[in-house]
Amino acid sequence: MSDTSPVQVTVNGAARSLDVSTTETLLDALRWDLDLTGSKECCAEGECGACTVLVGDRAVNACLVLAVEADGLDITTIEGLGAGGDLSPLQDAFLQTGAIQCGFCIPGMVMAAQALLNENPSPTPADVREGLAGNLCRCAGYQRIVDAVLLAAEGPAA
Amino acid sequence: MRPFAYARPGSLAEAFDLLEDAEPGDVRMIVGGTDLIVGLQSGKIAPRLVVDLKHLADLPAGIAEIDGAISIAAPTSLTDIIADERVRASFPALVDAASTVGSVQIRNRASLTGNICNASPAFDTATALLIHDAVVVLTSRAGNRRVPVADFVLGPRSTDLRHGEIATAVELPLPTAPMGTKFARLTRRRGVDLATLSLCCAVGAGRARFAFGAVAPRPFVVTDESGVLADPEAGAHDRDRALLELTAQARPISDLRAGRDYRQAMLLVLSRRAHEAALASFHDGALNATPLNGG
Ligand SMILES: Cc1cc2nc3c(=O)[nH]c(=O)nc-3n(C[C@@H](O)[C@@H](O)[C@H](O)COP(=O)(O)OP(=O)(O)OC[C@H]3O[C@@H](n4cnc5c(N)ncnc54)[C@H](O)[C@@H]3O)c2cc1C
Ligand code: FES
Ligand code: FES
Repeated sequence: MSDTSPVQVTVNGAARSLDVSTTETLLDALRWDLDLTGSKECCAEGECGACTVLVGDRAVNACLVLAVEADGLDITTIEGLGAGGDLSPLQDAFLQTGAIQCGFCIPGMVMAAQALLNENPSPTPADVREGLAGNLCRCAGYQRIVDAVLLAAEGPAA
Repeated sequence: MRPFAYARPGSLAEAFDLLEDAEPGDVRMIVGGTDLIVGLQSGKIAPRLVVDLKHLADLPAGIAEIDGAISIAAPTSLTDIIADERVRASFPALVDAASTVGSVQIRNRASLTGNICNASPAFDTATALLIHDAVVVLTSRAGNRRVPVADFVLGPRSTDLRHGEIATAVELPLPTAPMGTKFARLTRRRGVDLATLSLCCAVGAGRARFAFGAVAPRPFVVTDESGVLADPEAGAHDRDRALLELTAQARPISDLRAGRDYRQAMLLVLSRRAHEAALASFHDGALNATPLNGG
């Protein structure tokens, strides 16, 4: 058996049709079938958050969703933030606070932070830490990352 | 991952057809996939068929109050359970326990039924479910079977789920008398770490109970028959003696998270703290017997 199945997804606002194998994850489909390589693969088991995308309004680990399960889902990746080549206010805040070092964890961090801000536009530092507890940064930039999210929260229309 | 077929039945009847047609070892159900996909990735699980339970028209996600119990449908995410006002009012310890599972991303996908069915020795919702006498509803073509969570989990990775059955809901009887509860957990770090041990304490009129997790092959309940732990006037010495008697019933093992003796010692420490909080909350009447206006 190595059957493929047709899958319809909305990615960053555009309807996409894919033919995926059951052993592919949503992360594989995004990266290899749709060439959206912003979402990163690191642990591939839900521990690090580098693959975080939004499903609807909620952050999920794309490495823990089968591509076939994603049929019908509305997905936003890091490529879907901002408009017309401009950074979103949250992305900009990451730059301003110097939160980005090697950058590997950042797409996942930004998406987890975006999900937090969608739900809670004025989080406390503790809320931010809890919202990002599933995201690891090996450059140890946590303080600046938290600062970035708080900065974006204060700014206009995060 | 080894190749497998994926099925997305639209009704329970369709799901039963798929389950019954498969050999018992060849089929796995999926809800959040937070255990299953990790197992598939590592090759520890290699089913021929994966059946998705998230699109059954007659088993939608949701939480309802039915006959004096809160019923949580299998496809409901931990995030939605944690946010539910009725659950928050009547089962704060379950909310605390569920809130410790993994991370936001994990809780957005993971289900309570999946947490139970996966039956890890350290699954975090276990002790709160046991203290509230939660029941798993097991549905097959023949009808429903209701099994207390305490009996459903047989041991590490082993449950009483029979071939052809789906765990369709978890039912939590609404407390009929005031009780104070407290969940406590020991981990090496906050966030995405399995529990070294976990427990839940419940204090009601004349009675205190504890559920212990990760200190025996399966979570279990112990009851203080002496009444000392429900007595706010009891001295610290008497309380500690009663707590020691209860925690001595644990059979912890040594593993990568902690040694046996450390677990046993910490079980007492956390039991003491949880008991104090549960007793105080019982006496403050923090948990109201009538749901919806507590919490
Ligand atoms: C990074 C990470 C961190 C985690 N941290 C914690 C933690 O701190 N504490 C904790 O307790 N858990 C933790 N977990 C595990 C937790 O996410 C799971 O136990 C989850 O609750 C399982 O639910 P699910 O819907 O994802 O189950 P799935 O993965 O979909 O299924 C799990 C198992 O149960 C079976 N199953 C699922 N639903 C049913 C059903 N309705 N009827 C019959 N069988 C069913 C499946 O076939 C499978 O064998 C973690 C997982 C990850 C990946
Ligand atoms: S790659 Fe998905 S959580 Fe690490
Ligand atoms: S910036 Fe390097 S891992 Fe976070």
